[in-house]
Amino acid sequence: MRVSAPIEIAAPPEAVWEWVSDPTKALHFFSGVTRWEVVGEPAMGLGARYRMLLRVGSAEVGGLIEVIEFSENRDLAWTSVLGLDQRGRWRLRRRPGGRTHVELRLSYGVAGAGIFGWIAERVGAPTVRGHLQRTVRQLKRQVEQEQTRRRAAARRQARAGAA
Amino acid sequence: MSEAGIAERAAHNGHAREEAGRPGFAARVLGELSRQLQSRIPTADLDERDPDYIRDTLPRLWLLSSLYFRGEVRGLGNIPEEGGVLLVGNHSGGNLTPDTTVFTLAFSAYFGVERAFYQLAHNLVLSMPGLGFLRRYGTVAASPENARKALESGAALLVYPGGDHEVHRPSWHRHRVDFDGRKGFIRLALQHDVPIVPVVSVGGQETALFLSQGKGIARGLGLDRALRLKVLPISLALPWGLNVGDFMGHLPLPAKITVEALPPIHLREEFGERPDLDEVYDYVTGVMQETLDGLAAERRFPVLG
Repeated sequence: MRVSAPIEIAAPPEAVWEWVSDPTKALHFFSGVTRWEVVGEPAMGLGARYRMLLRVGSAEVGGLIEVIEFSENRDLAWTSVLGLDQRGRWRLRRRPGGRTHVELRLSYGVAGAGIFGWIAERVGAPTVRGHLQRTVRQLKRQVEQEQTRRRAAARRQARAGAA
Repeated sequence: MSEAGIAERAAHNGHAREEAGRPGFAARVLGELSRQLQSRIPTADLDERDPDYIRDTLPRLWLLSSLYFRGEVRGLGNIPEEGGVLLVGNHSGGNLTPDTTVFTLAFSAYFGVERAFYQLAHNLVLSMPGLGFLRRYGTVAASPENARKALESGAALLVYPGGDHEVHRPSWHRHRVDFDGRKGFIRLALQHDVPIVPVVSVGGQETALFLSQGKGIARGLGLDRALRLKVLPISLALPWGLNVGDFMGHLPLPAKITVEALPPIHLREEFGERPDLDEVYDYVTGVMQETLDGLAAERRFPVLG
């Protein structure tokens, strides 16, 4: 099952990348995620491993994931090592006016689970889609507020320098 | 199967062979029934747990748990990430126990199917037709030997000290933790020096209308000696109506099941080198009862939750 959530953020890709690539920030905007822990080295970048759990229905599903693509300010993709079969991707694309088109994609399933697996994937899809949509909205809010704070700090600094 | 074979198999399961030497026709029938059941009890081998099978079947457990029982499991983070741990639960729902289903799903999803997790169950459950798949989930016959093997292997072991006594308690006692004074779980934790994590659940006793444990009837019929059955429960349950014994199981009502795992209790750290069993028992059942009271207070309606 594949679900995705797109959004347009009023900030350059570099600012968005700071958030999506940093594992310590995941719990600040990932909806439904109850755990996003670094496992071993490296903590971020290609080959980084995280233990993540997402609440869907009566269980927290997920497992051990590994970053398999780390293209700065553009793409960050992961795949599952243990637990639920999943492939996820943050796709960032620059837009005019210092904006960024962001898309969060997640493909998931349980290989070998047969008809019940097929049903469970579809029954769980609205919840997963809802988590993804809330996640990109929360990311947008966090990144844009951060931009506002930075601009305000820059104005204060400029005023202090002029004085 | 020969007498010797049955005895050997029972011993392998960690049980001494029950002596059913009562005179008369009823005793002979019970004795034969006992032998038949003992012969059906599968060899309790921890290696029968099959992570791939559990993984493949988790989606159906998830559907059952999420849609039918609207299961909610809290506090899994309280369970130590690794090493042996004794999970001590209150038990509800008759011979079909939804709390175990909901918790097994949550545990396996949270820690991964690779983490060894066993559950002790009554012999009768393991010998019931159609329940053989439970062994692949890690369910083994309740015996000190199997508990020892599981904990020595560093696994998480789920036990229900109240057992058949608690699981068939009347529905109006559904918000009561009742281990019937059984303290074997404390000895087990001390013996293997593993922490106890209380696991409290609510809702299971609303899956049917449980009327009586039928202890007097079980004693009168000699079931306790012949089949290790101390109860002959009576309930109103689907699809039978009046359900005596619950031997064939029943269709549980879709009661909302909520489970909460509490912080671990390290017995020697908290109660000294030689803890008093009564004090520990009172403490463990006390914190479980407090939690159950809290969970019960959250429920607005029976079944609906």
